[in-house]
Amino acid sequence: MMDRQANSHPAAHGGTSVERKSERELVVTRTFDAKPHTVFKAWSEPEIFRRWWVPEGFGITLIGCEMDVRTGGTYRLVFAAGETDTMAFHGKYLEVVPDRKIVWTNEEEAECAVTTVTFEEQGGKTLLTFHELYPSKEALDEAMQGSAAGLPAQLEQLAALLADIG
Amino acid sequence: MVQYRAASLDLSFAALADATRRGILEQLGRADASITSLADRFHMTLTGMRKHIAVLERAGLVVTEKVGRVRTCRLGQRDLAAEAGWIAHQRQLFEARFDALDKIILEMEQEEHDGSASE
Repeated sequence: MMDRQANSHPAAHGGTSVERKSERELVVTRTFDAKPHTVFKAWSEPEIFRRWWVPEGFGITLIGCEMDVRTGGTYRLVFAAGETDTMAFHGKYLEVVPDRKIVWTNEEEAECAVTTVTFEEQGGKTLLTFHELYPSKEALDEAMQGSAAGLPAQLEQLAALLADIG
Repeated sequence: MVQYRAASLDLSFAALADATRRGILEQLGRADASITSLADRFHMTLTGMRKHIAVLERAGLVVTEKVGRVRTCRLGQRDLAAEAGWIAHQRQLFEARFDALDKIILEMEQEEHDGSASE
C-alpha cells in the first residue's frame, strides 16, 4: 500500500524517494528526463510552476502565485481548500543560482523552515533534490502531528471497510 | 529504514482499526492503567483485553511492564504512527506533483525541439 518505491535508491528508475533524514530534515529526490535548465524553468516561472505544484485530487487549488525567483526576491502562494478556506504561504529567496539551486524561507510559521532545491545534471537527465530543514526537532514533529490529524478519519474509513470485509 | 516504517505503519493501521483498541489508547492518553482495570472499564474478559493489548504492543503503540502481579500499560511511541503517516502523505503529494511536472517537462522539451519558445 505505502511501500511503492520504498527504497533508498528509487531515482535509478525514476521514482520519488521521501525520507526523514534526521530529526530536523525531510529529503525528497527524483530524476527527470530533461536537462537542469528545463527543470529549473518549471520551478522558477510562476505560470509553469502553478500547473504542477498543486496536484489534482488533494482538494486544494492554487488561487494566487507570485514568485520573483532571484536572490533576495519574495514569493506568495495562496491556496484555497473548499469554499471559504484560504491559506497563504510566503517567504523570500535566500539564494538562487540559475539552473542549479533555489533556496527559500517558509515564513508562515513562527520559526521558519528553509527549503533547498538543487538540480544536478546526470547523463543528460536531472537529479532533483528537495531538502527541507526545520528549525528544531519539535517543529518537524509538529508538522507531522498536524498532518496526522487527518488520521482518525482515515482510520474510521478503514474500520468500516474491515467491518464490511469481516 | 523506509521498509521498516511501512511495516510499522501497516501494524499501526491494523492495531487502530478496532474501536475498542482506539478507546484503550484514548484511556492511556489520560493515565497509565493495569490490564485488569482496562478489562473492567471496557466490560471485557481479562483474556480479551490481553489480546487487544498484545496487538497494540506489537504496533509499538503501547508498552507494558509487569510489577509483581500487576501488568501496567502506558502509551508507546505514538510518534511512530504519526511519522509513518506523514512520510506516506508527503510521498503521495510529491509523486503526484512530480508526475504532473514530468508531463510538463516533456511538453517543454517538445516545444524546444519544435523551435517554438512560446507556451
